[in-house]
Amino acid sequence: MSQEILRIQKISGHAGTVPGEDTQREYKVCKLIDTTTCIGCKACEVACMEWNDLPFGETIFDNTYQTMPETRWNYWNLILFNEHEREDGTLMWLMRKNQCMHCAEPGCLAACPADGAIVQYTNGIVDFQQANCIGCGYCITGCPFDIPKMNPKTNRVFKCTLCTDRVSEGLEPACIKSCPTGCLHFGSKDDMLDLAGKRAKQLRDHSNFPHAGVYDPPGVGGTGVIYVLHDATQPELYGGLPKDPHIPWTVKLWKGPLKWLGNVAMLGGLLGVVVHLMRYGRKRVEEDQAEERSRT
Amino acid sequence: MNGERAVSPTYAGSLDGDRILRYTLAERINHWVSAISYMYLLLTGLGFWSPYLFWLTVLVGGGPTARFWHPWMGLLFGASVVVMHKHWREDMRTAETDRVWLKKIGSYIQNEDESLPAVGKFNFGQKLWYWLIFYGAILLLLSGTVLWFTESIPWSLRFLRYAAILVHAGAALATIGGFIIHVYMSTVLEEGSFASMVEGYVSKLWARKHHRLWYEEISHKKPGNKK
Repeated sequence: MSQEILRIQKISGHAGTVPGEDTQREYKVCKLIDTTTCIGCKACEVACMEWNDLPFGETIFDNTYQTMPETRWNYWNLILFNEHEREDGTLMWLMRKNQCMHCAEPGCLAACPADGAIVQYTNGIVDFQQANCIGCGYCITGCPFDIPKMNPKTNRVFKCTLCTDRVSEGLEPACIKSCPTGCLHFGSKDDMLDLAGKRAKQLRDHSNFPHAGVYDPPGVGGTGVIYVLHDATQPELYGGLPKDPHIPWTVKLWKGPLKWLGNVAMLGGLLGVVVHLMRYGRKRVEEDQAEERSRT
Repeated sequence: MNGERAVSPTYAGSLDGDRILRYTLAERINHWVSAISYMYLLLTGLGFWSPYLFWLTVLVGGGPTARFWHPWMGLLFGASVVVMHKHWREDMRTAETDRVWLKKIGSYIQNEDESLPAVGKFNFGQKLWYWLIFYGAILLLLSGTVLWFTESIPWSLRFLRYAAILVHAGAALATIGGFIIHVYMSTVLEEGSFASMVEGYVSKLWARKHHRLWYEEISHKKPGNKK
């Protein structure tokens, strides 16, 4: 499906209006990851590699069930593993499928200076357009989830696309398709929140997880990937999932007040010197010269 | 042509007929290395700064090309500032008259130069500009290194990334303020300034008007004598 149908509502580094903003009746899509039924099989990792034709890299074994320490430019979907000891002394294996969270207010997009290098479609998917990327790495600074990764050979940044190509054709992302336990779901944000809420309630009421809940952080406007966690009060246990993620305040200050202050100051400086010239004129030496000559 | 001109002066502050050598060839070349690299950094940096100026990067080969050369030009600029420091460090020390001069900066702005105290080779405004560039360059190089190698900064030290974007933009803005004034003063406002940084020479009258203490120091020396 062409981009004309998959319209864009936010564009990075873009001057002026966004053509697709508010022009389409489109529901937000969402991926629901139920960490309580994930068995860490890594089918989603393989499906991601397969569907996106990503080149293979070496895995790193660190005595856990994790494929490598963190996602890579060519490894967008990684199940993070944590062996957690609970208060009653029992062990839990926490598995969290990590990938781009597709924030409603994406820090990567806010920080990006290149026109059209990062876009957000009206369905909420945040997508990198490598053809427009300049390789500055500002998105890496802007992201509160440490997701964008640079390909050192091409100096372009890559991450999960939420299988934009599949979703635009009415299919679910490759990872969802591959999940054997049904811990992955895909649909509209409303439906997924509803389903996640019911599952969390079930865990609280019937499975002895009194803190079970849904992870849909409001600090970034909610996300296009939400989690059901056994203990929503401690998201950090799940491979360092930030408790209250925000776009870094320095990025906000830099792209907000500092930019306007700076622009006003620069324009004021230019205007100032022009007005100075018109008011006071140049500093000349001829007049003194003539004076000097008449004296000698 | 007179006899004095037969000996070509190669150091700053030597008399050559009615002209005084203000900047040596090395100082001039280094100044322009600095200026051209700074202007490249300014152009590309403004392109990265605002979506409304992103088109500036097209002038120098497009976004990715601008992003590739920006840090290397930064290193060249940094190197030229080091050389500049070698050249002018001594001349840029704050002198006693500077405090008086600063108090009368209003007269300087209003082109009432005759009511200003006599100054040496550089007035206090020039010294401020110099130190602004010197410390600005240090901050820009440090923060620029973090921005250059963002991905190599571990996640646990990510506050460095967050700090670097603010420091880089802030320091750049400060130098841009000085740069606007510097370019205006040396190309438009002050007659003879621009030529002095190209050919190296100023007239005796220019020296006496703008840098009287320096002029007196020079004119008490015999032509061709070093300090």
